[in-house]
Amino acid sequence: MESVQYHAPQSLEDAVPLLKEARTTPSRILAGGTDLLIQMRAGVKTPEMLIDIKKIPELTQLEMGADQIRLGAAVPSAVMDENAELHQQLPGVVEGMELIGSTQVQGRATPGGNLCNASPAGDGAPAMIVSSGQCVIFGPNGTRTIPVEEVCTAPGRTSLADDELLQEFIFPAPKPGQSDAYLRFIPRNEMDIAVVGVAANITVDASGTCTAAKVALGAIAPTVVIATDIAALLVGTKLDDDTLAAAAEMASGLGSPISDKRGTTEFRHRIAGVLTRRVIKIAAARAGERLQ
Amino acid sequence: MSKTHVTTTINGDAVEYLCEVDQSLLDVLRDTLELTGTKEGCATGDCGACSVSLDGRLVCSCLVLGVEAEGKQIETIEGVANGTELHPIQQKFLENAALQCGICTPGFIVATKALLEKNPDPTEEEARYYLAGNLCRCTGYDKIIRAVLDAAAEMRGAA
Repeated sequence: MESVQYHAPQSLEDAVPLLKEARTTPSRILAGGTDLLIQMRAGVKTPEMLIDIKKIPELTQLEMGADQIRLGAAVPSAVMDENAELHQQLPGVVEGMELIGSTQVQGRATPGGNLCNASPAGDGAPAMIVSSGQCVIFGPNGTRTIPVEEVCTAPGRTSLADDELLQEFIFPAPKPGQSDAYLRFIPRNEMDIAVVGVAANITVDASGTCTAAKVALGAIAPTVVIATDIAALLVGTKLDDDTLAAAAEMASGLGSPISDKRGTTEFRHRIAGVLTRRVIKIAAARAGERLQ
Repeated sequence: MSKTHVTTTINGDAVEYLCEVDQSLLDVLRDTLELTGTKEGCATGDCGACSVSLDGRLVCSCLVLGVEAEGKQIETIEGVANGTELHPIQQKFLENAALQCGICTPGFIVATKALLEKNPDPTEEEARYYLAGNLCRCTGYDKIIRAVLDAAAEMRGAA
């Protein structure tokens, strides 16, 4: 970590020359630093330049609009957790982020950092995907917007170019009868890495029939798996036990989970089904409450 | 590579220092400023021994760069007591024998202060979850949690 340069641009405009420099100088974007600083100390990442994005106003704003929610990439998890309206609108997205690390880590960890760290077990991404999050990507030539699921391409890799940064997330505000949830399994009660994580976003009508669904699973493949077949199975049903059992069975067949100290491949397949069934129920119950 | 000049506020005092980009705030506190009350445990953000408050947020100072402290308000264990008068949290840690080797204690006290500022009347479960990022290998936690709840009661009564 010798001769690392550090820059903390005060605006997106000020970041442009730094991003241009990042085309030729190995660089990393510094958000909360809860992954990056550890990786640098371990010699896993060896950037020559750090661009600290926490002083750029657009990246630290959380805006609850009537039609959409704008979440800056560098908003700390703790700020998300303290926002009652965000809990109400996107409970699953908050659940994903608030599960990450300790109180201390929550004060620093960010949704943008969690996504761009691109861990297969990242807790943030599945709920952001099922809640139809879009990522605004900023670069020297302006911005482009892509769905959250198009950011991570492989473990530790993203589709962002060397001269780009993740500016913010935009989520459509949930409709009446729509809500989300995220559940993960870890071997202890707090502070661990997901063995499997599942998010669901469910819309129900007044009769309790599911009219729209999205399900995504983390930690069972190199990137998040979007279970379109499960979503299709749920729509048109009342999410009865038989339907949920079928959904769980489908979830258990997805992905290519690894075996490690936290769980075997077989266990991950099995728990993916259990969590899928449970998380759909939670999201559907929340969706029902939002009908009134 | 020249060092970066940083101006910050620590425990209410204006402080300036020079640091390398790769130095953590923890390293700066301990090695440059000789504020050695903040301890290094794991240096990977897992143990909470290096807990400090950064602009009112509880963080691990090992996961903050020294250069990031520019313009910030930092509170460390050295700022908890009022002169020679112990803070009620410190007093209750002593009375409850909530420490043995003491390495985790500054982090626990700083974290407890942050907890009680946010939630003056935590349940035992809330206190345990809030402090889950502070590890203690001596006490088994029960005495710490008793001290935290005792301090909370005392501080509510005193308020």
